[in-house]
Amino acid sequence: MNAETTTDGRSTNMDLLRFATAGSVDDGKSTLIGRLLLDSKSIFADQLEAVEATSVSKGYDYTDLALLTDGLRSEREQGITIDVAYRYFATPNRKFIIADTPGHVQYTRNMVTGASTADLGLVLVDARQGLTEQSRRHAVILSLLRVPHLVLAVNKMDLVDYSQEVYDKIHQEFTQFATKLNIPDLEVIPISALAGDNVVNRSDNMSWYLGPTLMHHLEHVHVASDRDLVDVRFPVQYVVRPKSDEHHDYRGYGGMVAGGVLKPGDEVVVLPSGMTSKIAGIDLFDQEISEAFPPMSVTVRLEDDVDVSRGDMIARVKNAPVPSQDIDAMVCWMTTTPLKPRQKLAIKHTTRTARALVKDIQYRLDVNTLHRDQETKELGVNEIGRVQLRTTVPLLCDPYSQNRTTGSFILIDEATGITVGAGMINSGS
Amino acid sequence: MFVRFEAHRYSDRCCPTTQTPARGTRTLMTTTHADYRLSQLDQLEAESIHIFREVAAEFEKPVLMFSGGKDSIVMLRLAEKAFFPAKIPFPVLQIDTGLDFPEVLTTRDNWVNRLGVRLVVASIDDAIANGVVVDDGKTSRNRMQTATLLNAIEENGFTAAFGGGRRDEEKARAKERVYSHRDEFGQWDPKMQRPELWSLYNGRIHAGEHMRIFPISNWTELDVWDYLGREGIEIPDIYFSHQRRVFVRDGMLMSETPLNPLREGEVVEERTVRFRTCGDITLTGCVESTASTIPEIIDEVAIATLTERGATRGDDRFSEAAMEDRKKEGYF
Repeated sequence: MNAETTTDGRSTNMDLLRFATAGSVDDGKSTLIGRLLLDSKSIFADQLEAVEATSVSKGYDYTDLALLTDGLRSEREQGITIDVAYRYFATPNRKFIIADTPGHVQYTRNMVTGASTADLGLVLVDARQGLTEQSRRHAVILSLLRVPHLVLAVNKMDLVDYSQEVYDKIHQEFTQFATKLNIPDLEVIPISALAGDNVVNRSDNMSWYLGPTLMHHLEHVHVASDRDLVDVRFPVQYVVRPKSDEHHDYRGYGGMVAGGVLKPGDEVVVLPSGMTSKIAGIDLFDQEISEAFPPMSVTVRLEDDVDVSRGDMIARVKNAPVPSQDIDAMVCWMTTTPLKPRQKLAIKHTTRTARALVKDIQYRLDVNTLHRDQETKELGVNEIGRVQLRTTVPLLCDPYSQNRTTGSFILIDEATGITVGAGMINSGS
Repeated sequence: MFVRFEAHRYSDRCCPTTQTPARGTRTLMTTTHADYRLSQLDQLEAESIHIFREVAAEFEKPVLMFSGGKDSIVMLRLAEKAFFPAKIPFPVLQIDTGLDFPEVLTTRDNWVNRLGVRLVVASIDDAIANGVVVDDGKTSRNRMQTATLLNAIEENGFTAAFGGGRRDEEKARAKERVYSHRDEFGQWDPKMQRPELWSLYNGRIHAGEHMRIFPISNWTELDVWDYLGREGIEIPDIYFSHQRRVFVRDGMLMSETPLNPLREGEVVEERTVRFRTCGDITLTGCVESTASTIPEIIDEVAIATLTERGATRGDDRFSEAAMEDRKKEGYF
């Protein structure tokens, strides 16, 4: 399509923002999401009618928008959100994917899951209560997961008479707390999800607030530069070999660019073998392209017939990760049987799978206070701690703070096959 | 309002600029990425291709469930791109309900022939004849479809089955993982789902179990149409406006067909319609529409007030948890 916009006024060059929300019904999170969906016309009439009917049959005197997101039977029966729900809406210039996660401490793992792919985290506080343990925990998790943008939505401003004083106090308190965290970009927005103040439309009740509305911020926050465009990282995912007469000698390496910009002619190194070659070409389906950058899925061809297979990593000769078998990481534990030293697990890092031995658990991080508990020598479900691992083969990793793809891994219980942990690498050595 | 705690890591380095194209390339993309931004459709495509390659690399015997509908056509297109210039390294599975639209079967055959993929057809009638599925006269074809599918997966030893489910379709799907585990009975347990982080998918299964894979989980109905329009690929004619003899049942416009006998009081008339989904001809309704091109369909979808399943799928209307219940049993 050559046109700049489609016939219905949407841009063909729409971009994408993934954001994670955390909180409980009490914070007005569901009302807020419901409002974003309603105001962007992303709720269909039949969905709204079903929710209205259920609300009436339950004897509520208001339409419970939480019923829109609580999709599983057990959630509706218990009136709680258990799982991460993904919601979609779009404005003319941007599509949004919301990872909606429950806020209670027993669901930390769900919040970690939702935050892992988020460009932006949305934390809600009730203006009447100010910062709570829960809102601090949410900010800590978003910071640990290196979600680059954070929005603190001070909700229910209508119930504090739209007071600037209340807003300023929460803003100040949060800013002070956030100095202990890694939050590159923070926006504190006073809203009323119920009344609609500063959600989509600017509020007449808070003329003292000069910042953006929530929707305006979501639409305009710049996320493209959050990706690492300097350090080339290309985990080889799949070797494409047609073995047909037409493409007899074709050998390409399929994968998703995890960092940097790759161009034909670039000198590259293949890890862990250390062999060097040059990029002969980069294919995107039947087109040959002049450069590839994150998060494109492409096929890279090399000039030399070097031995490359799944699990290898293509990087630049003078800028490559150091292969490492000793991994120091923050681990979020996700299963009821605790993580203990000497435990053996499967580890999946980029496209490489290996086994890992837990050498030490240095401390457990209290996500409410940031206190490091060095006494506990195990991690229970929903707990986060600093862990030392030894792997059977070297991992080609970077610190998570530099690259969220090459710096992350999951841990798998080899007996049950279940994902039991998520890790963010501090360093490898 | 704007607090910056940490300078951006690369703000002090030089920014990448647009590069002149390398010499000797066959064709070059028409778009330039001066700011290294991917459109949302390109991001969705990249994510889906990543999933296809991951499954092909890690599973012994994947299969792609292909109904001939628009979502499965998008899947097949993505699979084509993921492995090009090699052929798609797994077969395509279709459940023949005996109640499929003939136009859909034509499109299926065209796609399969063009790509040279192997087509496995599992028919409900064969399953009944072989005693795999019991037709007690009370069970709907839709439920029998599940048994036929599970039997086909077991018989062929498939370890992963790609499905075209999208999270925007229905609220049970909104919580389903991209890799969705099925036990040895083909059942989905929504409370025992594995956490799914970053783009790290866990494909571990035990013998007899399989994984359902949903590579277009994050696509919406509008994304699917935008993509079909951009790619210019073949889809069944019934998605476009046409004249059809229809009757009203349960508030939906149903096709006149010998497979779906009229009930008392139902009157057939000719209307200008199109289908929003392709399912069982006896359960899938159409909508009145004059949209005869993809841009016209997009205009229509963009202002639609009903979900595609709520509007035209009898199989999802039985109860509030209809989809969840069927999924637990092993439905698509």
